[in-house]
Amino acid sequence: MSIAYAALNPTANILDRAETFETATVSLDRLRVGAHARVLAVKGEGAVARRLMEMGVVPGAPVRVVKCAPLGDPLEVRVRNYHLALRRSEAQTISVVLES
Amino acid sequence: MSSTLESPSPRTTEPAGGQAEQAVRPLVVALAGNPNAGKTSLFNALTGLRQKVANYPGVTVERKEGVWALAPDLRPARLLDLPGLYSLDATSIDEQIAHDVLTGRMADTPAPDVIVAVVDATNLERNLYLVTQLLETNRPVVVALTMFDLAERAKLEIDVKRLGESLGVRVVAVTARQRRGLDELAHAVLSAVGVETPGVCWRLSPRAEEEVLLLAGDGAAGREAALRDIYSDELPPDAARREAVEQARQRLARLNPQWWQEPLTARYRWIERVAEGSVRGTQTERPSTTERIDRVVTHRLFGPVVLLLVMGVVFQAIFSWATLPMDLIDRGFGALAELTRAHMPPGLLTDLLADGVIAGVGGVLVFLPQILLLFFFIALLEDSGYMSRAAFLMDRLMRGVGLHGKAFMPLLSSFACAIPGIMATRTIENPKDRLATIMIAPFMSCSARLPVYTLMIAAFFSEKKLFGFVSVGALLILSMYLLGITVAIVVAWILKHTILKAPPPPLVLELPPYRVPNLVNVAQAMRTRAWLFVKRAGTVILTISILLWALMTFPRASHNPAPGAQVVAAAQTASQTGIGPTGETSQGAGQAQGGAGEASEQLQQSFAGRLGHVIEPVIAPLGFDWKMGIGLIASFAARETIVSTLSIIYNVGKDADASSPSLIEAVRNAKRPDGSPAWTPLVAVSMMVFFVLALQCMSTVAVVRRETNSWRWPLFMVAYMLVIAYAASFVTYQGGRLLGLG
Ligand SMILES: Nc1nc2c(ncn2[C@@H]2O[C@H](COP(=O)(O)OP(=O)(O)OP(=O)(O)O)[C@@H](O)[C@H]2O)c(=O)[nH]1
Ligand SMILES: [Mg+2]
Repeated sequence: MSIAYAALNPTANILDRAETFETATVSLDRLRVGAHARVLAVKGEGAVARRLMEMGVVPGAPVRVVKCAPLGDPLEVRVRNYHLALRRSEAQTISVVLES
Repeated sequence: MSSTLESPSPRTTEPAGGQAEQAVRPLVVALAGNPNAGKTSLFNALTGLRQKVANYPGVTVERKEGVWALAPDLRPARLLDLPGLYSLDATSIDEQIAHDVLTGRMADTPAPDVIVAVVDATNLERNLYLVTQLLETNRPVVVALTMFDLAERAKLEIDVKRLGESLGVRVVAVTARQRRGLDELAHAVLSAVGVETPGVCWRLSPRAEEEVLLLAGDGAAGREAALRDIYSDELPPDAARREAVEQARQRLARLNPQWWQEPLTARYRWIERVAEGSVRGTQTERPSTTERIDRVVTHRLFGPVVLLLVMGVVFQAIFSWATLPMDLIDRGFGALAELTRAHMPPGLLTDLLADGVIAGVGGVLVFLPQILLLFFFIALLEDSGYMSRAAFLMDRLMRGVGLHGKAFMPLLSSFACAIPGIMATRTIENPKDRLATIMIAPFMSCSARLPVYTLMIAAFFSEKKLFGFVSVGALLILSMYLLGITVAIVVAWILKHTILKAPPPPLVLELPPYRVPNLVNVAQAMRTRAWLFVKRAGTVILTISILLWALMTFPRASHNPAPGAQVVAAAQTASQTGIGPTGETSQGAGQAQGGAGEASEQLQQSFAGRLGHVIEPVIAPLGFDWKMGIGLIASFAARETIVSTLSIIYNVGKDADASSPSLIEAVRNAKRPDGSPAWTPLVAVSMMVFFVLALQCMSTVAVVRRETNSWRWPLFMVAYMLVIAYAASFVTYQGGRLLGLG
């Protein structure tokens, strides 16, 4: 329990940083296959956004686009060491910062 | 790997009560965890039961219960296996079931005394999200780290002891397949009984914490209640508090429109710290085996090719590999029938056994090898992890008709049987999407149709080849499957644009890593399905066979008044003496069926025969005669029944001299009153089309009734599918005749 109550700083910090890197942020569906990025914000409302976040797509999480399906949709992304399929319309609500 | 640590602050909630209560009722232990985390594998290992295990999320969709012998000298516990959840904020029916059981809100299930949080060790962070929520229920929690073998192979070093310290509960590494860590898990569960778990352990932003504090006052319990009130969907019932909560939400929303995300993010921040402290993994950026396989399997071009190839191989195998054992079984039942006749005095009982029971049940059991093969392949695909990939490949098409990507897996299961398929729709969140999926699931050609297809093809298309090498039979079967799929797509589109109108649903689907299929799982799946099939043959089919035999045997034909005399004996005499009464029906049957006149007259006169004649005008435009009509009526109980019914019909009405021709030959030789063959290739195709599209399965109707909680949908389903089946069969037969194929 030693680290349990460690003061943690969630969204605030990342959001601050985001202001300065406006140009480097894109939505997840715009990334090219193989690109590494970090989640900045999940903009959707309601059940889908909540589900995505419950599954680990929260601000600060590293993501990588693995591929897109034969017909261009859905996308496969790697997040927190597992693979997730989601449609472009959902990916659009996730904004990310590109990592080198 | 010993994690003998004690819970940090073992506050006992019910000091004596816990023990005393245990004496009167068994301990209730529930397995909770993410989908595909290995809950059912663990459940099977602990209870010795054989629930279905497969490598895709959403296998278990109901609560299952088993007995777990915790320790030799103790009373065994009731162990509950639950559907997987990503969080306690449930969105679909299967999740709701798990949620209700875990929180003690399920009517017929006591609240669990201990929750075993099943955590996939290779996927720690996402799995721990649910654990943080489980800890907050304040029920005793023990963490079972599954897939530990895989974690070790991936060189992930997990410090089980540190992890337990950080979480404040005991953590036990287990590997269900190798039965590793099971005793330790039992000990951990026993020592966790009555121990309250530490609660909320993460912090929000200072601003949000202020709001929480404002609402909570002092004390940990107040904080938890305040967090729940502010961040859950529901508002508290108390008016004053509701007012305060609403104001707090408004203030938070003004600062940050995504204010509701804070607890989610904060939990993950906390989890990241926990994981950092206890996992030392060589997180290689080298692409995993799964990714390398997927380079082909979900490739832009190769992906669909692989999908088609997989389906092709499965069909090919089912139809070519199964022939030999099927022939053997067929001959076995033939011999059995002859043996019965030879060793029993001729009479009604012998007839019942030979014509009713053996012909009826045997006619269906012949298809066991095909069923086994089908389920062998399905189990292989399911346990390898391919199912989710197929869903990934097909999602774009599914969305085109307005269906959920997740609908693909229930529909795929429906190729085995619509019942598990319909149950699997529980994973679909939106009720309208779920209903649309249920409505089209029976169009997928299930294993019960295989006997019908096989019979028709064996009788009329077995030798035929197209261009010299493409088997017409295989092509026909494929078209039947495609016909079902096409109609399903059209119906789904119509439903989703009319009565079940809703925006295209989202897709968020986990793609699990590929695993080498576990042969034990595969064998188990085959055994379960084979047993169901045999059981059905032994119950439903047997009952209907006897019933039909009786309906075909009584009342006795009028010119044959001797009460004990039975049909075949009469026919025998007739053929021996050559003075068979030439009833109008046997006029054309000059060749092999010389002596069958009386027998078929008996069939005509019987209750079943009369019934068949009543519906004959309705089904004549489809190319069916009254005998097929009897089969059709019977098949509304279960599709395979048509095979057993035809067996009985052609047995009761057959020429007794013929050396028990197989059903296939009987079908080929069957005649109409005018002497023309009853079956033609066109009739066979028309019959197959009818069977693709009609809902002839009582069990499916019952399941739809249960899953939709009303009679409206199942009745609607039976009706509209019947209309479609009739129309399609009509077009097939009449169209074929116009083209000169009849
Ligand atoms: N190597 C390995 N594989 C495992 C272990 N436990 C489960 N699996 C495999 O993981 C997959 C999922 O297992 P299930 O037991 O069906 O998982 P579940 O949590 O019941 O899944 P749902 O019912 O869909 O929520 C199957 O392919 C299992 O064979 C384990 O300890 N080691
Ligand atoms: Mg399960």
